[in-house]
Amino acid sequence: MANMNPVPAAMEFDLARDTLRQLNLHLHRQAAAAGVREVHVRNPDGAHSVACGLDAELDVQIHGHVGYYVAGMNKHASVTVFGNAGPGAAENMMSGRVHVKGFASTAAGASAHGGLLIIDGDASLRCGISLKGGDIVVGGSVGSFSAFMAQAGRIVVCGDAEDALGDSLYEAVIYVRGKVRSLGADARFEPMTDTDRAAVKALLAAAGRSEDPADFRRVASAKSLYHWHADANQEY
Amino acid sequence: MSGLQLEESAGFDRPTIEYIHRAAASGLYEIRGMGAKRRVPGFDDLLFLAASLSRYPLEGYRERCVTKTVLGTRFASKPIELAIPITVAGMSFGSLSARVKEALGRAATEAGTSTTTGDGGMTEEERASSKMLVYQCLPSRYGFNPDDVRRADAIEIVIGQGAKPGGGGMLLGQKVNPRVAQMRTLPEGIDQRSASRHPDWTGPDDLVIKIKELREITDWEKPIYVKIGATRAFNDVKLAVHAGADVIVLDGMQGGTAATQTVFIEHVGIPTLAALRQAVDALDDLNMRGTVQLVISGGIRSGADVAKALAMGADAVSIGQGVLIALGCNSDSYVVDGKHVPAGEDYAALGTAPGFCHHCHTGKCPVGITTQDAQLEMRFDPAVGAKRLRNYLKTLNMELTTIARACGKQDVHHLEREDLVALTVEAAAMAGVPLAGTSWIPGQGAGR
Repeated sequence: MANMNPVPAAMEFDLARDTLRQLNLHLHRQAAAAGVREVHVRNPDGAHSVACGLDAELDVQIHGHVGYYVAGMNKHASVTVFGNAGPGAAENMMSGRVHVKGFASTAAGASAHGGLLIIDGDASLRCGISLKGGDIVVGGSVGSFSAFMAQAGRIVVCGDAEDALGDSLYEAVIYVRGKVRSLGADARFEPMTDTDRAAVKALLAAAGRSEDPADFRRVASAKSLYHWHADANQEY
Repeated sequence: MSGLQLEESAGFDRPTIEYIHRAAASGLYEIRGMGAKRRVPGFDDLLFLAASLSRYPLEGYRERCVTKTVLGTRFASKPIELAIPITVAGMSFGSLSARVKEALGRAATEAGTSTTTGDGGMTEEERASSKMLVYQCLPSRYGFNPDDVRRADAIEIVIGQGAKPGGGGMLLGQKVNPRVAQMRTLPEGIDQRSASRHPDWTGPDDLVIKIKELREITDWEKPIYVKIGATRAFNDVKLAVHAGADVIVLDGMQGGTAATQTVFIEHVGIPTLAALRQAVDALDDLNMRGTVQLVISGGIRSGADVAKALAMGADAVSIGQGVLIALGCNSDSYVVDGKHVPAGEDYAALGTAPGFCHHCHTGKCPVGITTQDAQLEMRFDPAVGAKRLRNYLKTLNMELTTIARACGKQDVHHLEREDLVALTVEAAAMAGVPLAGTSWIPGQGAGR
């Protein structure tokens, strides 16, 4: 079982010894009730579903690489990964903050309804797919089909974007600083407004970054696929 | 008038010509609701061999016949216990009104069974009215959130739907009213399309991990169902079992939809009968019968259908279209303040008539079921609908136990394939039961 930290408000789990079930059960049912506010996770060793389903204002710090779905469906908690994250980091996050200090694999922030996902490195394919109101800041570049069918929320990409960025976008907005290999169906570049620059500035600040908002371009939906019509040529 | 040449072509008959004309005029495929209308081999092609000299029947009105059904016994610490093996299929708020969702919950609760959410999330009405509610996790993830995951009684990961396996969902703009739009995080009035693939996993290896994530989030309490649209049922069922499903829901091509391309509804997927046998064979192959429960859906209408499904090896059935029809879908009238109000003109305005309507996609349901229109939805009274549905479920269960008793079964789950014969060679081959009057199962030896 877990070691008690000398400071009552903090605990430590070592996944080389403790089970994932023990960790998540503690985070779900015991930590908040016991007044624990900070939980350190050692030796995650690529484990999946670490700190998923949290529903309390906890500060979880994971020291190492994680597998799929770290901080999945997060509410309220702050989760920091001092390493890389596998697919689906912070998927369906509702609120709170998830910070991946390294790189993130596919579908980071998928269908997130709220909260802030920060990825210091690159994010792979489909970053922000089906986004529903969450914010994502990627320090590096994003892979193809990022923001696919993203409905609401904002994605800030400090590096480049691969193919089909923003394919089938709804109301989500993407801000890109670097090159975009191609835009997806119904995505288009739009002029940056003062509101956009203020939004980028605030998101960068929240992510602890210092890029100049003036360097970013805005990608949003042309809204030509919002209704079925014969000229859409299957691009739905 | 003499001399007219009126020989109709078999290939280019009048419906085909009408289809080509419409396609040429619009450049768009047809979208409609409900399920396949073509005739396919089904449960009507099977018959029961009830008790006789070689079998001993139960007394129909006096001897007990158990219908209790438990789903999710494999890994979940809180399996679903149903009074009857008949459940209400997933249908979305968006396709159906909130009042209908409430009625489904009420009736299912009174009948001791479960109902299921759909694309678009969980409404307060259905949660409040449903004692047992299965929460769908769909590719769109519309309205999907951890609070509802935790307050659901089971989670159903939807891979596909019998009416459109491999296809995403549709909800046309006239049904995306402010509440639907808010729940789905979409602009009002757009023609909404749902993804066909899940956003955060791809393939069976990923599904293993996704299921474990949901188990972790729910602290391993809730059963995890996996719903599959029937195509390669044998392999898909095996993969779902390997992925860790507690329950597999298999939806055949006769299954309904609120809005899908007609070409999908009529030409993709396999009949429920064929899918069911493949699924049972897969579970047998893995020695997982009884460990992983199988729920079959897609065109189930009567207690006879339920009995045949159970005899074939299903643990339970799930019903969508039959449920809607029980509520009043395709009725020639609706009930307001206890009085029947004719709806024929409203059907005519849609270009159809009671008994033929599949216009769920329009949002102009004449009886107020598949609509988000504030006035039309008032044509459906949840109390009236719930009573009708409860009666329907009760009737199905009585028919089921009637057949089971006649076959000498004290538990409806004791019905078996040996109790069945087929009326057609096709049904015999698909179901793996003998052609009536013979011992011949096509594909399984010579027989007599």
